[in-house]
Amino acid sequence: MAKGIIKLRQDICKACELCVSVCPKGVLGLDPVAFNKKSYHPVTVINPDECIACANCAIICPDGVINVYKED
Amino acid sequence: MKPVFEYTQGMRDKETHYCPGCSHGVAHRLIMEVLVERGELGKAIGVSPVGCSITAHQYLNVDMIESPHGRAPAVAAGIKRVHPKAQVFTYQGDGDLASIGGNEILHSAERGEKICTFFINNAIYGMTGGQMAPTTLIGQKATTCPYGRDLDNYGLPMKMAEIVSCMDLAVYVERVALNTPANIRKAKQAINRAFEVQKLGLGYAFVEILSACPTNWGLQPAKAMEWVTRNMIPYFPLGQLCCPEEVK
Repeated sequence: MAKGIIKLRQDICKACELCVSVCPKGVLGLDPVAFNKKSYHPVTVINPDECIACANCAIICPDGVINVYKED
Repeated sequence: MKPVFEYTQGMRDKETHYCPGCSHGVAHRLIMEVLVERGELGKAIGVSPVGCSITAHQYLNVDMIESPHGRAPAVAAGIKRVHPKAQVFTYQGDGDLASIGGNEILHSAERGEKICTFFINNAIYGMTGGQMAPTTLIGQKATTCPYGRDLDNYGLPMKMAEIVSCMDLAVYVERVALNTPANIRKAKQAINRAFEVQKLGLGYAFVEILSACPTNWGLQPAKAMEWVTRNMIPYFPLGQLCCPEEVK
């Protein structure tokens, strides 16, 4: 299966966790330590190897934080 | 590296003021994605409402005008008559469209104005702090019905898509939801059909978009999406109420 690559704009993430809730592979999670400039714990990639590039996370993200790419 | 999903150029590079998990961001993006894919970004003129999305013109990368509360379809009708080749759309919430703008929306549909309306139904007044809207569900709590909306005092929630679909010149009426990735994909197709109806000059197009308001519902965003599935969709069934042959 094609491997996906997720690129995040963590500075505008509002930590709503919708992307986390729809990911079928548990790729995403909130960063437990870092804060962004909006004082949220932003979303981060915790299991990069599991990504299948379904883009569910990007489709449900209300803030355009997530871009998804596929390896050639 | 092949892009699977890239944030659309139709949105300005600006972070939104919406609460975490608010569906407005998704609805904005879908409309802009459709316009970009149709190559009509420069031809589109939007009308933003009063409500949470009052500042939509700051985020959508098209020409936009702000209308008085509820009067977006009247303003859009005027724009369309002056610019008949433009893709004119209104973006309205449930307080704006179903409550104060109930008159304008019905008359625009009745006249068959060749515009699109995107109706964001989140069953509550968002910006003013969670008061009961015409679309608030029976039993749903709001600041003006703290024990839940009850049938005897407040009647039933308004099904705007069904009401608009009664008008013969409202040729395309569909209800979609933004609660799951699958439904968001379907919503994008519905928005595309609405613009196609306008381009072909067939009549009035109306898309009701069921959305979540996690802040005023008092739920976490993921739970709010489940709430849409469990409570809103059974009362506001998804699907096409009318659709012309040309865009099926």
